[in-house]
Amino acid sequence: MEEATTLDHSEDVYEPSLTPDSMGKLGMWIFLIGDTMSFGALLAAYAAIRAGAGVVGWVPPSDILGINLTAAMTFLLICSSVTMVKALESIQKGNVSRMCDFLGLTILGGVIFLGLQAYEWYHLIAHGLTLTGIPEHSISGDVISGSNLFGPTFYTITGFHGLHVTGGVIYLIVILRNAWSGRYTADFNHEVEIVGLYWHFVDLIWIMVFTFIYLL
Amino acid sequence: MAQDGHDKHPRYFLIFIWLAVLTAVEVGVAIPEYSVVLKAIILIGLACAKAYLVAAYFMHLKLEKRTLAAFVITPFLICVFLVIMLLPDITSDLRYDGLEKSQTEVVNTTDN
Repeated sequence: MEEATTLDHSEDVYEPSLTPDSMGKLGMWIFLIGDTMSFGALLAAYAAIRAGAGVVGWVPPSDILGINLTAAMTFLLICSSVTMVKALESIQKGNVSRMCDFLGLTILGGVIFLGLQAYEWYHLIAHGLTLTGIPEHSISGDVISGSNLFGPTFYTITGFHGLHVTGGVIYLIVILRNAWSGRYTADFNHEVEIVGLYWHFVDLIWIMVFTFIYLL
Repeated sequence: MAQDGHDKHPRYFLIFIWLAVLTAVEVGVAIPEYSVVLKAIILIGLACAKAYLVAAYFMHLKLEKRTLAAFVITPFLICVFLVIMLLPDITSDLRYDGLEKSQTEVVNTTDN
């Protein structure tokens, strides 16, 4: 009781209270931490299902999925992350038009990524990889059919990521609109930083998805 | 002042080169056939290195308070724990393969 009173009347601040800038940033970080758990749960479930199927029960992903295309998509997302940091750097130096250019390039990267993913899905579905089926596959002459869970796990995880990219593109367009109307300056730009956090996170998750779903 | 500006904006181009090179190495490592475990260790290691580069430099985690880094690392550790929790499920399935597995399943269903 006595301790509580001392704390209430204490003059020195143990930790500075949240400013509008830091509150938005912390909020985004908290969202990203939660989102990490969503992807973590999906990937952990994938690991369990795949290991449970054993080596013969699971078609090697590289036999069905196109690694070169997705490596290019990975590279594209890395590039769009770089343009994102350049956009933030530009506005912190007070250069509004340069920031708009870089934000536009970031959005372009995201849109091309989504286009490539749609192209990939379209071809995979045409080749018979659906939510219930898997293309026939032969290992040294013997035709085998791997676990039917290949399709659902693949589409769930890459789809959930694609949804994040879609959300990111919309989010970036909103920020770009604000930027055009002159909302951001060298002293007021935390909203650009926050959208950047989200965008880099989407990139980071794709790095993990690329490794676990495509390469392993 | 110049020093400050330099700290706030690390050499993004260098990080970009690193990420591109690591991606190329990943693809190169993934294609040939060899020990699955060794491949998994190398690929996960490379992915973690890339994730670190993105979080530390692009998301400026290196410039933030240490506490925030602790917050962010926590869910990753919990995810690793999640996989460990699922391990019994995985190993119990691996003990059976092919015919043995289907026989066990039949026995189990008749028991029920």
